Amino acid sequence: MAMKDKPDNIFMTTLDAAASWARSNSLWPMPFATACCGIELMATASSRFDLARFGAEVMRFSPRQCDLMIVAGRVVMKMLPVLQRIWLQMPEPKWCISMGACACTGGVFDTYAVVQGVDRFIPVDLYVPGCPPRPEQLMAGIIALQDKIRHGGTLNGTEFAKRDRSNGPTPYDSDELIRIREANEKLISLN
Amino acid sequence: MSTAEALKAKFPEDELVFSEFRDNHRVAVPATKLMPILSMLKSDCGFDMLAELTAVDYLEYEGATDRFGVVYVLLNNTSGERLILKTFVNDPSPSLPSVYSLWKSADWLEREVYDMFGITFVGHPDLRRILMPDEFTAFPLRKDYPLKGRGERHNFPIVTRADS
Repeated sequence: MAMKDKPDNIFMTTLDAAASWARSNSLWPMPFATACCGIELMATASSRFDLARFGAEVMRFSPRQCDLMIVAGRVVMKMLPVLQRIWLQMPEPKWCISMGACACTGGVFDTYAVVQGVDRFIPVDLYVPGCPPRPEQLMAGIIALQDKIRHGGTLNGTEFAKRDRSNGPTPYDSDELIRIREANEKLISLN
Repeated sequence: MSTAEALKAKFPEDELVFSEFRDNHRVAVPATKLMPILSMLKSDCGFDMLAELTAVDYLEYEGATDRFGVVYVLLNNTSGERLILKTFVNDPSPSLPSVYSLWKSADWLEREVYDMFGITFVGHPDLRRILMPDEFTAFPLRKDYPLKGRGERHNFPIVTRADS
């Protein structure tokens, strides 16, 4: 759409692109830091790595003021209802980064109390691997998320409504429950 | 008079099993005599601090005759003397008298042992789970509980993008 008599200081865009551009450059993180990944998250925000270069330095400890949840660290089953509640309290549009091996998959903590990946229970937009990831990795993740927002974002957030299913690798492994029950029964019969 | 001598003077010797390992003084006592022995250790021998209270599950342990061992680590702050006292309880419904009346530190320690092993402490003022969620039903440090749980970690609602 070319305008002939367009002055130099006016440019044309779509509302979706303008909103996504603004949102991607002012992601306010909610630091849900439960373990050592939280230390790397703090390092990312501090002067040496300086997350402010990407407009994401405003750590808010109130979910009402955030639009990016960074789950940094393992989540135990006592903490998961808290995580879900905080996620539901955040206003739209919102995104979620699962940071580190534990938040993504449970990591080495394959035990009775540790949730095997937060993507089983809340939607996750981006996974940052590592144990813990270095600040550079988290920043690469935030840049990738900015790209994602700029390329797929809409003004009304209609891209979220389409995703009505959990988008993790395997949201819920029902076979695991059956395997555990069978192992239990075998153990009881042995005793 | 040493602690061992004081114990031997007051309680029948065949019920107490003394042992020593790398300067640790240990004594195993019957669960029925636990309260009199502990109160005597506090009042007469000066053990004014309960440093640790924990339990061991001896299920399928070689040579073990009882299911659970409960361990009390006592400290005498005046002399620096330490004593490790052990007693045994069994299924079903293992229970012991609470030592909260002697040492206040038993409050959370007994709650932890109850949470992890299901040993009830009679007379504890507030015997609730301390680490696991209240709705948890199993006792995870028992040897017959699987490491990966019985599926408790999966029993949560799934929040999707559409409803958040």
